[in-house]
Amino acid sequence: MGKTVAEKIFDSHFVDNPSGDIHVISLDAVFCHEITTPVAINDLVSRNKDRVFDPDKIKAVIDHVTPAKDSKTAMQGKILRDWASRHNIRDFFDIGRNGVCHAIFPEKGFVRPGHTVIMGDSHTCTHGAFCAFAAGVGTTDLEVGILKGVCAFHYPSTIKINIVGKMQAGVYAKDVILSIIGRLGVNGATNKVIEFTGPVVNTMSMEARMTLCNMAIEAGGTSGICYPDMTTVEYLWEFIKDKYPTKEKAFEEFKKFSPDPDAKYHDVIEHDISRLEPVVTFGFKPDQVKPVKEMEKTKVDQVYIGSCTNGRIEDLRIAAQVLKGNKISDSVRGIISPATPKVFRQAMDEGILKIFMDAGFCVTNPTCGACLGMSNGVLAEGEVCGSTTNRNFNGRMGKGAMVHLMSPATAAASAISGHITNSSLYK
Amino acid sequence: MKNFSGKMLFLDRSDINTDEIIPAKYLTEISKEALKPHLLEDLQLNGFAQAKDIKGKSVIITRANFGCGSSREHAPWALEVNGINMVIAESFARIFRQNMFNCGMMAVELPGQTINHIFQVFSGKETSIETDLEKNIFILKADGLEEKAGFSISDFDRSLVASGGWVEYADSKY
Repeated sequence: MGKTVAEKIFDSHFVDNPSGDIHVISLDAVFCHEITTPVAINDLVSRNKDRVFDPDKIKAVIDHVTPAKDSKTAMQGKILRDWASRHNIRDFFDIGRNGVCHAIFPEKGFVRPGHTVIMGDSHTCTHGAFCAFAAGVGTTDLEVGILKGVCAFHYPSTIKINIVGKMQAGVYAKDVILSIIGRLGVNGATNKVIEFTGPVVNTMSMEARMTLCNMAIEAGGTSGICYPDMTTVEYLWEFIKDKYPTKEKAFEEFKKFSPDPDAKYHDVIEHDISRLEPVVTFGFKPDQVKPVKEMEKTKVDQVYIGSCTNGRIEDLRIAAQVLKGNKISDSVRGIISPATPKVFRQAMDEGILKIFMDAGFCVTNPTCGACLGMSNGVLAEGEVCGSTTNRNFNGRMGKGAMVHLMSPATAAASAISGHITNSSLYK
Repeated sequence: MKNFSGKMLFLDRSDINTDEIIPAKYLTEISKEALKPHLLEDLQLNGFAQAKDIKGKSVIITRANFGCGSSREHAPWALEVNGINMVIAESFARIFRQNMFNCGMMAVELPGQTINHIFQVFSGKETSIETDLEKNIFILKADGLEEKAGFSISDFDRSLVASGGWVEYADSKY
């Protein structure tokens, strides 16, 4: 019988079947950040199990609150830093070299087709853009991952979403994934893997595919997955060129993780985006999605561009195109956080940071910060933020504040006008 | 093994997310105990009063997709330090559910009809629940009313609850 991508990956990483459909699988990578890992480290130490299964398969970054904002976050950073040092974890990214985990780890070439990845962070599903099985886990699963290099999951059941149609001007990957979440609902993919495929995905860059997969969790999905193609190979080529004689050979090997034609799916959905307009969220759940034009009266106090969803170079280019030659509204605070130092440097070299600064944006260092209301742009009660992030939960970016999720283009346009605005107005 | 019986807290809403259970700003706490006063601090639910409704409760019953959002295990911990070791719901977000069992706690799913019935009969009354893990039965009691509801959990989840969590289980086995 044919297999889905996730079934192929599970079967190639099988360790145990302790009961029912629970499969324990081996891990190719365990990613760590300073919010959920220190508690795992402390617990391992207290259990007298302060070990790591393979220091080369563990990657760590300080990204959520950086630079540290107080003594507590300084201590979280220190626990992670000391641990990385005593276990010889070479791929540890501290301030000056750090970026948002789901942007910097792919950028370093750590995720390959067929890989299994866990991290104590729900947006780990992002890495499925590389045809990997990548899942967010809690602290206990992370601990076991660090210690033994394994994790337990239900054997995967998959929803295939075939994205078809012609994308209209001003519509981006963020609009596409918001429209999909609006259709599935916030638990429409719970306990399911989502395969994103079809002609629209085929033409997307790796950055756009990461935006898609990043938000699989907002529909409850375990992992979002895209199939490998030459775009995947091109992105990874600088990291794999010693391993394969040609790009075609690399693709040949990667494509064995593509699904079989007779694979069995929980559901197959055709999602036609031909008539999709730019969209934003309107409530406290990411499936509450409306066209921008129905939300145009909504004032914003702050616009935030960044995060693991939309802080990559392509996102910054899109926002800069809208901002160029414009000033943001006097009533708006604009904050842009390039997701990694590489993105920051590229944006600097391409003149994009100048466009942001000329428009009146504050450019901050790479960090998760404001997205989850921890630092670097927390909102006051009653304030409204137009944000390129991934969650509009009540209190997410500040107690009593409202978040409207949107694409970088819509965010830039909204910063200029001071209310939710279609980017076509500024092109 | 933890205690899975006691007074019940009724949260009559679906999609209660991890930011509502424990806001992200408390993720800088290193001790679980520090989370205690902040459980359900940002919950949006008419009639819910955080200050008095949580005290003395041992079990939460709620609707669909409880624990959606973040992977933070601080959500089960915030429940645990308040003496709540079990959540009963129509469905759970995957990571939250796994985190509960990984901590030796229980996240039990009951059919929507059963959940509806329990809310209809018991919500608003001071209700207690007894959990019989051998017979897989909940016994709910309030004002002289008594009802039973069967449940099931997988052998794997049961062994996590019995062995006190996934770390010891995995380290001895793999």
